[in-house]
Amino acid sequence: MTYPITRRLAIAAAASIGLLSAGPVAAEGWTPERPVEMVIMAGTGGGADRLARLFQSIIQKENLSTMPILPVNKGGGSGAEALRYLADNEGENHLIMATLNSYYTTPLRTDIGVDIEEFTPIARMALDTFVLWVNADSDIETLDDYVEAVKASGGTWKMGGTGTGQEDSLVTAMLENEFGISVTYVPFSGGGDVARNLVGGHIDSSVNNPSEALGFYQAGELRPIAAFTPERISAFPDTPTMGELGHDLVYWMQRSFVAPKGMAPEAVAYYTEMFENLSQSQEWQTYTAEKALMADFLTGEELQAYFLEEREKHADLLNAMGEGS
Amino acid sequence: MELLGHLADGFATSLSPMNLMIVIIGVTAGLFIGAMPGLGSVNGVAIVLPLTFIVPPSSAIILLAAIYYGAMYGGAISSILLGIPGASTAVATTFDGRPMAQQGKAGLALIAAATASFVGGTISVILFTLFAAPLADVALAFGPPEEFALVLLAFTTFVGLGGDDVLKTIIMICLGLVLSTVGLDLISGQPRLIFFDQPGFYSGVSFLVLAIGIYGVGEILYTIETSKSAPSVTPAKLTFKELKYGLKEMNKLWKTMSFGSIMGFFVGMLPAAGATPAALMAYGLAKLTSKTSSTFGKGNIEGVAAPETANNAASTGSLLPMLTLGIPGSPTTALLLGGMVMWGLVPGPMLFIEQPDFVWGLISSLYTANLAAVLVNLALIPVFVWALRMPFTVLCAIVLILCLVGGYAPSQKLHDVWLIVGFGVIGYFLRKADYPMAPLVLALVLGPLMERSFRQTLISEQGNVLAFVERPLSATFIALSAIFFLLPLLNMLRRRMRAKTTAGKPAE
Repeated sequence: MTYPITRRLAIAAAASIGLLSAGPVAAEGWTPERPVEMVIMAGTGGGADRLARLFQSIIQKENLSTMPILPVNKGGGSGAEALRYLADNEGENHLIMATLNSYYTTPLRTDIGVDIEEFTPIARMALDTFVLWVNADSDIETLDDYVEAVKASGGTWKMGGTGTGQEDSLVTAMLENEFGISVTYVPFSGGGDVARNLVGGHIDSSVNNPSEALGFYQAGELRPIAAFTPERISAFPDTPTMGELGHDLVYWMQRSFVAPKGMAPEAVAYYTEMFENLSQSQEWQTYTAEKALMADFLTGEELQAYFLEEREKHADLLNAMGEGS
Repeated sequence: MELLGHLADGFATSLSPMNLMIVIIGVTAGLFIGAMPGLGSVNGVAIVLPLTFIVPPSSAIILLAAIYYGAMYGGAISSILLGIPGASTAVATTFDGRPMAQQGKAGLALIAAATASFVGGTISVILFTLFAAPLADVALAFGPPEEFALVLLAFTTFVGLGGDDVLKTIIMICLGLVLSTVGLDLISGQPRLIFFDQPGFYSGVSFLVLAIGIYGVGEILYTIETSKSAPSVTPAKLTFKELKYGLKEMNKLWKTMSFGSIMGFFVGMLPAAGATPAALMAYGLAKLTSKTSSTFGKGNIEGVAAPETANNAASTGSLLPMLTLGIPGSPTTALLLGGMVMWGLVPGPMLFIEQPDFVWGLISSLYTANLAAVLVNLALIPVFVWALRMPFTVLCAIVLILCLVGGYAPSQKLHDVWLIVGFGVIGYFLRKADYPMAPLVLALVLGPLMERSFRQTLISEQGNVLAFVERPLSATFIALSAIFFLLPLLNMLRRRMRAKTTAGKPAE
């Protein structure tokens, strides 16, 4: 009597194996044995956090991973906390980290005993863009107007941005160098806060990422002056790039994933495939188009080369600002 | 009226059977999450957020709003029963809620908290419905100088109206401000006060760790010493008669509650402030205007009602800048915002125009969530009170475990657990020396905001300190602060005068 049951079970087992291998999660060899920790280098609610949680939700919705991905915020010390955590978990196969540009700048600015060259690159998902914004009520329409207004203010022009020694202040320093102007840089705790203060008239300009200012732009509260991109951003077709205006100013915010030193190659392959599938998902395509993100997928050695090159650039930038040590 | 039409459409969404069920599940879950020390609405929303993809966005936001509301109600429960504020928003509820529980009036205090939360929630939702769009401009008018002035006002409310020893209050505020500077300096990005080079201090000292240490562990140590074997709490029973009595008592407090609601809503609406200063300021105001102000801090029901109306009103208020400006007013609304982005909605000025179904569905669900929360809460009060009937020796151990687990859960760092133990011991000695704890906790919560806004203002205004009084809103707040700060001095003078005139007569 036990025979049919056993056979049924065997068929069921075979069928489920078949289902598994037919699904998009069919990585050969290695699959995670427990939930995967996704460390985020920033606090909750910011641009990086929102994006990381978006990735998690798409992975879950599209069933791209056999095990759930658990986002954990370790934003302390401009990401120093997250970097240390990654360094302390050498050889861990169930840990990945969502990065932003503080991936380079934080270890350059404070000695936390972390060398990013040792980490395992997984995938770069996108490059976020920067745009120069003013309040829509101001008279400033063009970059020339802007430079003139800043010069006329005699150094009291208020430029708001997120933190110090991070992306916004670097972009501000680039502007100051290029145009020979000087502004008063006012640091805020997040991009949304900067946008609100610009709309409220408490600061005079910002270099927000498009996603942070988009809502106010659509409501006609903020005006983009110029984009720090090589080509025009599709969401703002009428906004010229700095390059078009004759100024070689380009700056990106990378949105990538890395893993600890010594992760097994099979595990690296698994996550790489997961993010590749993610980058092809409909939702991600829609999001990047709407939020003016440049989806730019890069993996492996090429990504590592990119990281190291960017680290060099940021070391120069920080030195120029007198912040590097 | 167009508004009512929108609201009616919203109710059509939120009153569907599935959404009603979601609301009840949400508030019940939220209530328990909020009642656990260490777990607050942030954790509740964070846990549930990924699950919301299986339901449509309008139902998902209803679930999250229900958890949010439930947790705001629940926060009062651990404040009253255990004396540990589950979230910073419930700190002020411990002042009178805890003494009430110790006098065996835990049931009454819980009824007060629940009804006050309901009143606060209802008044603020009505304000939200009527004025959401125009009020967004008020939030925009708040720049760094106004933020600083508001925080200053919250502090001086405490010094002036706190009633504790003024010098000790100021010492505790200073101590809290020092603790709040631990970690990374926002302005320069440099690490500050990293004690013993412990990497854990990079992320600063969190409110939760301090509150659990001081109120949880410290309170246990203190109670063990004072009570030895006798239980410190008189178990309370709850009957319908008591419920009726409680509601009647609350009926007398309509003035306190309406003040608390309006104040809570407006303070909560300001992007940086949130429910914690709102609750504390409402407590201060209630004490100032109450006829029975001398019993505040000793188990006055008004002292429970005021902060509870204000913190619930503020939690509604903080939804306003999130929806209209895309700026979260609290960590929880930051998560809600993240959720909305995931569902493909763009919070901000266009949301009301482009997604009216979603917005009005949410607003109407606030009404249903609020009603469901008060009913579930009142129904569960006997369960919560029952917990107090446990022998003290058992309860004490459970509370200690809750404290340590609650401290570990959000950050998952053992570093925080050691800090909790350390703060517990320090808190025990400070309590023995009769230092007030609330100003310390308040200073840690508001310190970073105060420092940041102060320095942002000075940077923007090229070091001009007068900038704070040159702007009408911040000047008003600063003037009020000055009055509150001088109140204890005036009171002292008045008492001296009275003492002189009554000299010779027997003391009162």
